[in-house]
Amino acid sequence: MPANTMSKAERDQSHARVFDLSQHSLRELNQALHKLTPGSNETAWEVLNPKGSHSVAVGVDQPVSIDVRGSVGYYCAGMNDGAAITVHGSAGPGVGENMMSGSIVIKGDASQYAGATGRGGLLVIEGNASSRCGISMKGIDIVVHGNIGHMSAFMAQSGNLVVLGDAGDALGDSIYEARLFVRGKVESLGADCIAKEMRPEHLELVQGLLDKAGVTGVKASEFKRYGSARKLYNFNIDNADAY
Amino acid sequence: MCGIVGLFLKDKTLEPKLGAMLSEMLVSLSDRGPDSAGIAIYGATTGNEAKITVQSPKPDRDFRGLDAELAKAIGAPVSVAVKSTHAVIRTTQDRVDAAREALQTLRPDIRIMGAGEAVEIYKEVGLPEAVVERFDVRSMTGTHGIGHTRMATESAVTTMGAHPFSTGADQCLVHNGSLSNHNNVRRELIRDGMKFETENDTEVAAAYLSNRMAHGKNLGEALEGTLSDLDGFFTFVVGTKNGFGVVRDPIACKPAVMAETDQYVAFGSEYRALTKLPGIDNARVWEPEPATVYFWEH
Repeated sequence: MPANTMSKAERDQSHARVFDLSQHSLRELNQALHKLTPGSNETAWEVLNPKGSHSVAVGVDQPVSIDVRGSVGYYCAGMNDGAAITVHGSAGPGVGENMMSGSIVIKGDASQYAGATGRGGLLVIEGNASSRCGISMKGIDIVVHGNIGHMSAFMAQSGNLVVLGDAGDALGDSIYEARLFVRGKVESLGADCIAKEMRPEHLELVQGLLDKAGVTGVKASEFKRYGSARKLYNFNIDNADAY
Repeated sequence: MCGIVGLFLKDKTLEPKLGAMLSEMLVSLSDRGPDSAGIAIYGATTGNEAKITVQSPKPDRDFRGLDAELAKAIGAPVSVAVKSTHAVIRTTQDRVDAAREALQTLRPDIRIMGAGEAVEIYKEVGLPEAVVERFDVRSMTGTHGIGHTRMATESAVTTMGAHPFSTGADQCLVHNGSLSNHNNVRRELIRDGMKFETENDTEVAAAYLSNRMAHGKNLGEALEGTLSDLDGFFTFVVGTKNGFGVVRDPIACKPAVMAETDQYVAFGSEYRALTKLPGIDNARVWEPEPATVYFWEH
């Protein structure tokens, strides 16, 4: 994980506002980002030396671009509403939690519950995501280049999860109306999650997300679709004895 | 929460820095647990010598003259190196059990932190910085070590409730999580001759591993057994005389990050703990899989 892949000259050229977390506190960074107003000229930000810090660039609500050079800890880019945030490293638990809009790209791996409860926007994980990826997702689109861990998309309500690699145990347990597309093998499906037919609209949807996520050389037709069997939506009177 | 760290050196030139490296790792996770902290360091072995790390609530009273009295009681040479509330007692390997027994009558208030050829264990109530400072952990040399900073959930905030827990020679364990069947497992282990110092759930996990290894399992097999026999949340990091192991429960909600280079294998509850290690930017960094045993041996 190169902590800083840009030379100083490149940084100067980019005119980004550079924020070095070895010199300034995380609170200063986040407050500066929160003070941004519509039409601000400070549209490009660069964060150096995150060194696993928690809550880097949470709650940004302006359409700025933020490049984080290194790996981050818990809750990076949470509640993002419109920013384009790129982590040039790996992310700890809860990256992009409850994202509203915008985009987040993780160049490395993401830890557990990436994109949890996300309501919109696009989360791209170029490495692997661990357990509970997209748990309770509510409209977010997530594209994972590698594999995802167990219990991913648990109680996922809406949005799309596209996985180029494999999925762990209990994919989509108790899922509502989110759509899951997996190119590799699925270790097991969770309760009420079933394989479904890839219809033309799904091929189009997956192709669109692959394009948005910058994935090349992979065809939408290589994916299988999984979703809700809708058997848990209503109480089944035949199960009354179980209670 | 709780924060745990482990460092297993492959490169001998780093051994003089083990204490300093492990201390930095632990201090970086201070906000994961403010209650108590502890560290176990495996140093050089010298053939016939064994070490017993002990703790006293009144070190001035208990450690004064202990070397001579203990030597006389067990009929073997004894040295006592005092570090704050702890002391490392050195004697010959064949007199360790005799020394443990003699300590009970000579110094009834002394608590044994651990014993073995290589391990020294220091743990106290307080933040990691205070604990590593108090015991001068940064100056310690060794081959591998583990550490813990505790946010207590299952038992009292005391020195004995701090991690690492050691229940067998040169064996110790740190834990992030909580076990739900520890009372039952403790009863079964007591029936099999294991002894317990506390009501703590983690001590049960440590004793479980010691018990399995006493029954002939290796570290990897003993760790494998935790997956079926222990119920609850756990990420365990374990040290033995020449080994270092990691296992997470199948749910794996307690965080874990590992890094490996030609020089070391490192474990941290978070990546933050690893950022000051040499060559970390080019290390292989990964999250250990759930229900999967990892172990390394020298």
